[in-house]
Amino acid sequence: MAHPTRHCLSYKGAMRVNFLLTTSKRVFYAILLLIAVLVLNFSLIHLAPGDVADTISQSMGGADQELLDQIRADYGLDQPFMVQLGRYIGGVLSFDLGYSFFYNMPVTQLIMERLPATLLLVLTAQLLALIIGVLLGVVSARKPNGITSHFVTFLALFGYSAPVFWTGILLLIGFSLKIQLFPVAGMRDVTIDGGFFVQAQDIFMHLMLPMITLASVFLALYSRLSRATMMEVLGSDYVRTAKAKGLTQSQVVYKHALKNALSPVITLAGLQFSAVISGAVLVETVFSWPGLGTLAFQSIIARDTPTILGILFFSALVVIVGNLLTDVALRAVDPRLRGRG
Amino acid sequence: MSDMIDEPVVQAQSPFSEAWGMFKRNHAAVVALVFLGLVVLGAIFGPWLYPTDPFDMVWAPFSPPGQEGFLLGTDYLGRDLLAMVINGARVSLLIGLSAAVVSIFIGVTVGALAGFYRGWVEEVLMRVTEFFQVLPTLLFSMVLVALFGASLPMITFAIGIVSWTAVARITRSEFLRIRELEYVKASRASGASSRKLMFGVILPNALPPIIVQSALMVGSAILFEAGLSFLGLTDPNVVSWGQIIGSNRQYILDASFTVTIPGIAIFVTVLAISLVGDGLNDALNPKLRQR
Repeated sequence: MAHPTRHCLSYKGAMRVNFLLTTSKRVFYAILLLIAVLVLNFSLIHLAPGDVADTISQSMGGADQELLDQIRADYGLDQPFMVQLGRYIGGVLSFDLGYSFFYNMPVTQLIMERLPATLLLVLTAQLLALIIGVLLGVVSARKPNGITSHFVTFLALFGYSAPVFWTGILLLIGFSLKIQLFPVAGMRDVTIDGGFFVQAQDIFMHLMLPMITLASVFLALYSRLSRATMMEVLGSDYVRTAKAKGLTQSQVVYKHALKNALSPVITLAGLQFSAVISGAVLVETVFSWPGLGTLAFQSIIARDTPTILGILFFSALVVIVGNLLTDVALRAVDPRLRGRG
Repeated sequence: MSDMIDEPVVQAQSPFSEAWGMFKRNHAAVVALVFLGLVVLGAIFGPWLYPTDPFDMVWAPFSPPGQEGFLLGTDYLGRDLLAMVINGARVSLLIGLSAAVVSIFIGVTVGALAGFYRGWVEEVLMRVTEFFQVLPTLLFSMVLVALFGASLPMITFAIGIVSWTAVARITRSEFLRIRELEYVKASRASGASSRKLMFGVILPNALPPIIVQSALMVGSAILFEAGLSFLGLTDPNVVSWGQIIGSNRQYILDASFTVTIPGIAIFVTVLAISLVGDGLNDALNPKLRQR
């Protein structure tokens, strides 16, 4: 909270330097975190019973010790741990996450094919949850005993207690099987021909149920938090001042109060990225959404270790980038944070 | 404040009965507590009272609830759904509880060390906490269970190792606050050892928010286990709620009740736990006591 009075001569310039410093510090930590994920990944492969040579020999129907040794030498598995770790990290830095023997293609290529679907699901669900959550929170904060407020309480309990895959299956039964409003599974209908608009509409219809399912968990969190912070903000002095100036109720709420109530919700949303991805794994499996979650599920059944670890690395990357973006968003919303580390 | 003066002098209560008094005022929490007690009793004694083997194929598949003598119907293999739900309660509750214990143990240890010693210890431990916050929890547990085998202890560990970060953050902030209080300084001055200060003086006073968080942890561990077993990452020799849903979900067109019913079991149990957590919050939050 220290006020940088010593920079009062060029306050704005100092703020900018500060901002760049903290940003580069954050990027540096992010890279350290990613390397830590890689080390963890690699140690897991090492600790797990069985290695690549075993997998290959199994797929060939068995091999003698000489051949196993040959395979281990070919893949560098006979080298010391640190050498192998160095090679692995070097490989990842040049976008090489290994080769999937199950899918018969490089892991990076496999993940890049699936990543857009997951990003689409995760980002739209987060956005939907944030927008509806904040709206519900604001409306119920203005009338703490109104029907919206009770709805938020109910929603929060439901969102916390219902397993997300179960919510998904219930929605699937309700809106795809009983009322055939949305397609049952997948991301697009291959029989549909048409221009960009038709395709986009097709994907949108497929996206609806998975997105709503995933959003339901986080909608509960965001609406409860924004109700709480909004109620606190509405009782503060500057809101009273704004009212005293003669501004209308809506002007006070949406121009003055909302800005301040928003930053805790954004902070929370940033912390939820890893949970959102975990939820996406389950939701994708329910709706056969062709993203990283379904891929993780399939490669775990197939014991395809390089793919599983590649997914773990990429999803950690998504979380870290998500956290960095949250930070930028927070600084945009809350000028008080701009000078801080 | 004025009506506080008019209040008659209250006799000193034990902290436990005082907390229970506050808890009782939250009717939903009391109902939820009673319900949870019944669920636990059902999980312990149910398999004796209703001895049908959950793996036995007792009837034709997809027999609807209430017909042919099966209260909850039969699943896609013709197994008795009631027997599966009762036996599933054991696994779900057992893993939920023990995974919560694992994560609370890790979280409290990490948070206490970080908040007590500060300096580089805190810096290192908080980076480790950050690292575990970045790992997508479910994916990491999936990897652990897939690589090291789906035994119940491994599943418990896999859930515990990814869920302790919230407990660690809460414990640390409580320790940071309490370590500066006078009674801590007093016992430090009178020569208490670090261990005594940490676990004998500070921890008991830091417990209320940790207890509330722990109650919620049990709920989320049950949900977590349900997610893993829904994906098939579970011990194949036992039944659990999530696994019933996972194995029956291909057949929702024929019989949606095989998925709805175990889901209700998870939902209601976790709901009860979170209501009890609310009640504990009322009972243990000192800010609310004066009301």
